[in-house]
Amino acid sequence: MWSKRSEWLITSSPFFWLLLFFLIPTLIVIAFSFKPSELYGGIGSGWTLETIGKIFTRSTARLLFRSTWIAISVTALCLFLSLPVGYYIGSLRGWRKHFMLLLIIIPFWSSFIIRIFAWKQLLHPEGFFHKILVNLNLIQPDATLLYTTSTVILVMVYSYLPFAILPIYASASKFDHHLLEAAYDLGMGKLKAFFMIFIPSIKNGIYSATLLVLIPAIGAYVIPDMVGGTHSMMIGNKIAEATFIERNIPFASALSTLMMSVVLLPLLLAAILQNRQDKAHAIKGGH
Amino acid sequence: MKCRLEFQNVTKSFAGVTACKNISFIVEDGEFFSLLGSSGCGKTTLLRLVAGFERPDEGRILLNGEDITDLPPNKRSINTVFQNYALFPHLTVYENIAFGLRIAKKPPSFIGQEVNKMLALIQMEEHAFKKPHQISGGQKQRVAIARALINRPKLLLLDEPLSALDLKLRQKMLLEIDLIHDEVGIMFLFVTHDQSEAMAVSDRIAVMHEGIIEQIGTPMQLYEAPQSSFVAAFIGDTNFLDGVVTERIGKEYSLAKIDGLSQKVQCYNDKNLKSSDLLHLSVRPEKIHITRTEPEPHPQINVLQGKVDDVVYKGDHTKYWVAVDDYRFAILKPNSRYILDGIPITWEENVYIWWHSDDGYMMERYSAKDEGLTELPSTHVGEIDSIEGIGEEHVE
Repeated sequence: MWSKRSEWLITSSPFFWLLLFFLIPTLIVIAFSFKPSELYGGIGSGWTLETIGKIFTRSTARLLFRSTWIAISVTALCLFLSLPVGYYIGSLRGWRKHFMLLLIIIPFWSSFIIRIFAWKQLLHPEGFFHKILVNLNLIQPDATLLYTTSTVILVMVYSYLPFAILPIYASASKFDHHLLEAAYDLGMGKLKAFFMIFIPSIKNGIYSATLLVLIPAIGAYVIPDMVGGTHSMMIGNKIAEATFIERNIPFASALSTLMMSVVLLPLLLAAILQNRQDKAHAIKGGH
Repeated sequence: MKCRLEFQNVTKSFAGVTACKNISFIVEDGEFFSLLGSSGCGKTTLLRLVAGFERPDEGRILLNGEDITDLPPNKRSINTVFQNYALFPHLTVYENIAFGLRIAKKPPSFIGQEVNKMLALIQMEEHAFKKPHQISGGQKQRVAIARALINRPKLLLLDEPLSALDLKLRQKMLLEIDLIHDEVGIMFLFVTHDQSEAMAVSDRIAVMHEGIIEQIGTPMQLYEAPQSSFVAAFIGDTNFLDGVVTERIGKEYSLAKIDGLSQKVQCYNDKNLKSSDLLHLSVRPEKIHITRTEPEPHPQINVLQGKVDDVVYKGDHTKYWVAVDDYRFAILKPNSRYILDGIPITWEENVYIWWHSDDGYMMERYSAKDEGLTELPSTHVGEIDSIEGIGEEHVE
């Protein structure tokens, strides 16, 4: 009995916290999508489907599509970079490992905004990278490095990379390196063993890394706002615009609901499929 | 075709620490060869050099006359059974065993046939479609062996394959490994820290200590004729008698004054030591007899009188420690009769101990610190800590 009660005590505080500051606000946002807007920024009375109807336009679709493919590219690049890094750090021992982890975490010690601003300075036409690339004759002097979709992707990869490296490192550090030796021993090449043995063994870390990068990337707002141009606007920017400039809270809510469903529905589907698979496995294997 | 593994002056160090130094030996065709030693002696390094996971700093390794020193692991016809099995967790038993053949791109019908043969050999047919986490330790062990054997290697490496199993299962698996060796008939190179495992299955054993091979021989040679005090103390238990030769008796024997004993001891002198040469004898505890009555006098039997210091009853035998002058003998007496029929020798009794001169073996190399490896009861608490380098499990 005691353990049940203490379990409840431990769980209840974060539970109420999440209920109060996460679930209820989310429900409010969803509810606001069904409210009419007032001309001067308030929320109208009564319920309507008109606001939801307004988001199904060509421009929203384009925005959603762009947000999704930017987020997917960012996730793919982050995974591509973090797999070798995670593998490397996971295979280190002692102080070397801690030092490498420190290097990954150090950027978090300075403000996110300042780091994005630093990129702006680096990529500026008078900035460090621009000058170097011009001097190396890799770009024309009038080329722009800032305010393009590639800039947004570059800075997003930079910002989200630690969120991909850390879960992959965590899985990789539990990986038994003898498995790779066993694969070489049985005749497999090194690169093939990395993909056929290492990657499947750390798939949970890859799932976490994907979620941790993909979800914030779809809703990104600060990065496209600061380093992106008009052609790299994402759905987060549109929501901010609807909130702060048009002061149309119901429309912003409807867009947020749309974005949430785009992220959550595939996840929900994946969870259901996984669950069904686990059950089938449990029946077959007895474990 | 004759096939053999040859080490030629192999040296390997890690970050300045020598793991093995100038190692040369040959494993003959079909031999079950063991590398035996405590943790850090270099045995695992030798195995990793053969597998190709490490490259030697100096020296060559030859398999079947061909230099394999620079070949990567996936190009050697050598397979390994890893200490913790290293079965692929995302593959079934069947897929694990089929792995090597699938990499080699063999036709599916051939793979199916070979895997089924292996499954039959290790009696795991009914578990073929389980994942490694669903089978027991002994079963994992068998799968690891089957997975390594399916490529028909010229040499099978076994890296402490039994260390993760409990005692009873370990003995059973050991016999199974021996049976599999008889079945496939290829060379087995077996790395272990457990001398009883090595003794039970090996054709020959190389005893390693601090990066060098102390002695190579059959289990019997190592036990009966240890060349160094390390081998004598590491394999089984022994009594070290140190002293000086005082006179020769005939061609083959000599008399020696032993430190701590007032009475002189006769021993077989196959090393041809001369008078006043230093001498180090190893006398195995079970070769010494212990009785209440004096034995019949015999020219080649050493008889000493002493007092029982300590007695440890171990079921099949009883171990006695008998003080003679300043020396303490370890003696092993088999309990072949129902012990309660007679009154067993016990603490503080005056006894005769005696052994045949041939049972004291002269060692060529002696190091005083090997005395710490012999089994003596502690006389005070904390003494155990001062005995180094034995029995510790190597944890990476």
